[in-house]
Amino acid sequence: MPVITLTINDELVSGRRGESLLEVIREHGITLPTLCHMEGLSERGGCRLCIVEVEGSPRPVTACTTTAREGMVIRTHTTRLIRYRRMIVELLLAERNHYCAVCVSVGHCELQNVAASLGVDHVRYEYLSPRVTMDLSHERFGMDHNRCILCTRCVRVCDEVEGVRTWDIAHRGVRSRIIADLNYPWGESETCTSCGKCVQVCPTGALFTKGATVGEMVKDPGMLRRVLEGRDRKEWEG
Amino acid sequence: MNKAGTTDRIRFATVWLGGCSGCHMSFLDLDERLVELAEAAELVFSPFVDTKEFPEGVDVTLVEGAVTNRANLAMAERVRERSRIVVSLGDCAVTGNVTSLRNLFPVEAVLAPFRAEDGRSGKAFLDYTSIPELLPRALPLHQVIPVDGYVPGCPPDADRIWEAVRALLRGEPVALAESMRTFG
Repeated sequence: MPVITLTINDELVSGRRGESLLEVIREHGITLPTLCHMEGLSERGGCRLCIVEVEGSPRPVTACTTTAREGMVIRTHTTRLIRYRRMIVELLLAERNHYCAVCVSVGHCELQNVAASLGVDHVRYEYLSPRVTMDLSHERFGMDHNRCILCTRCVRVCDEVEGVRTWDIAHRGVRSRIIADLNYPWGESETCTSCGKCVQVCPTGALFTKGATVGEMVKDPGMLRRVLEGRDRKEWEG
Repeated sequence: MNKAGTTDRIRFATVWLGGCSGCHMSFLDLDERLVELAEAAELVFSPFVDTKEFPEGVDVTLVEGAVTNRANLAMAERVRERSRIVVSLGDCAVTGNVTSLRNLFPVEAVLAPFRAEDGRSGKAFLDYTSIPELLPRALPLHQVIPVDGYVPGCPPDADRIWEAVRALLRGEPVALAESMRTFG
């Protein structure tokens, strides 16, 4: 396999041609936070937490959507990047209503964990407190837009793995909302197979199994890998 | 010189604004560590002591609760004026948390059920003139006054509070470990 060499934080490292910067960086044991990235799904570059400095580029780039190339000089934890990552998480917390204390995912939430790991112990921005809804029309699952960070893992897993694309995004910017079909109540969706993959990949308490109360929604992050590996081995054929 | 006749104890206060008092309950969970705290600090104002007026010259004040009404606002300003270090204790002070759930609705809509008349007595359920006026939004403490440290958690458990208090007693800023600074 063709090997490339690049410099990460003043250290010469090697990677495989075609790998993303995020893959190379993580292979070398460097911690880079992510929320929209999920192994097995296409990259979106939406949460911006994996931004890195690439020498020659005036602005940070997302490591998940940048292909590693020979000779690149990368910095992962400059003062600017650390500051930006904190700002991003604070803005995510300010945009919707993330009341951790009463959330189904408290204690098992990727947003909560990323905030703690980046040292976000308060939010400097004004909370927008938008009046958004909950969709409880599905028989088994619920969608709470208060907790949604628009990472689109649900959209991608439904499209790329389940092959359905029940989920999509309506509107733009801060008004963006995850919708089922053409903005139908989830329970009335004619495309949803009720497979529940979206629930398992959701990083927060936005998608959950009905009946879960505070802290009871424990996601299964290994589900996607098992599904994809099982398919590769043709486990469910015949 | 403080009342105990010593000068080495710091003047320590805790304040209860718009919260459920869970943070103060958690504070009591310090258990035997309270003895250690009492040796190092004099509790000059708190829901736990019978001081009516927030005193001058306080070294460290822990504040529980969001700033949700005019009384909270006045208290927060007084606390800031009279304390050297002010620390937000728990999610309501840090983020607004449950107290700020009402921010999704206008104040009038929040109060309407309490203003409604009781069918039997014909009186309003609550005499709203006798309690402090709600602010348009419940606010995290640091949006009202400058805050020097944060102890997140709902409630922050006693270990977190103790980590923060120990740092403050040493004259250091609050710097909680990752596992101790999660919201919720």
